[in-house]
Amino acid sequence: MANTQSMCTSFLGELMLGQHQLGTSTIVSRGSLTSPTTDTLKAALYLASATVNASTTVYSSTNEVTGTNYTAGGVTVTNATAPTSTNSSSTAGVGYWTPSASITYTTVTLSTAFDTVLIYNSTQSNKAISVHTFGSQTVTAGTFTLTMPSNTTTTALLRLATT
Amino acid sequence: MVVNTIHGEMDDSLLEKKEGLLDNDIEFTTWTEYWLNEELVHRSVHVTLKTSPFTALEAASIG
Repeated sequence: MANTQSMCTSFLGELMLGQHQLGTSTIVSRGSLTSPTTDTLKAALYLASATVNASTTVYSSTNEVTGTNYTAGGVTVTNATAPTSTNSSSTAGVGYWTPSASITYTTVTLSTAFDTVLIYNSTQSNKAISVHTFGSQTVTAGTFTLTMPSNTTTTALLRLATT
Repeated sequence: MVVNTIHGEMDDSLLEKKEGLLDNDIEFTTWTEYWLNEELVHRSVHVTLKTSPFTALEAASIG
């Protein structure tokens, strides 16, 4: 088994249903007719032996890392930047979004090798968004930090494009 | 400098420090380890992601 970096396929359909709201709130939420709200996104770490990929539809604790100071479900992702869309031509463009801060797991001990973070929407029944892989790591009484790529049309964490 | 370890906070002068990095198309990663008498007592990792999932969308022609 192995983890595979990918956009979760279920996320694409859910976008059309308006089931995710990333970044600064701009529309009235599905749960309130009066007050806009922003969804809470979370980031969970998975063992290198897990199978997390485009077929993942929701967060699961199966094969999630465990260890000192790590809480199942992971940490909250700073979701303060609104998605942006830019035209690259008269027929094509890209929509993109990146968390506005690094994802940090502070003073944890994660002794079993892990290589994947799953971004998911904890407000919307833990629906999966995307899978990001990196070189296998362990952490011992230390901090694990994931710094986000630049929020541009070519490097943003999530990019949906027409060509 | 004080370092958090599996034995609690320790002064880094008592520890052996090892550092490493990984730089490829996917990530730039650095890690710092502190060892005490050949025992790993601290390891921190900093991963900077370079790439991300990319999804191409298409609107079908009508007619």
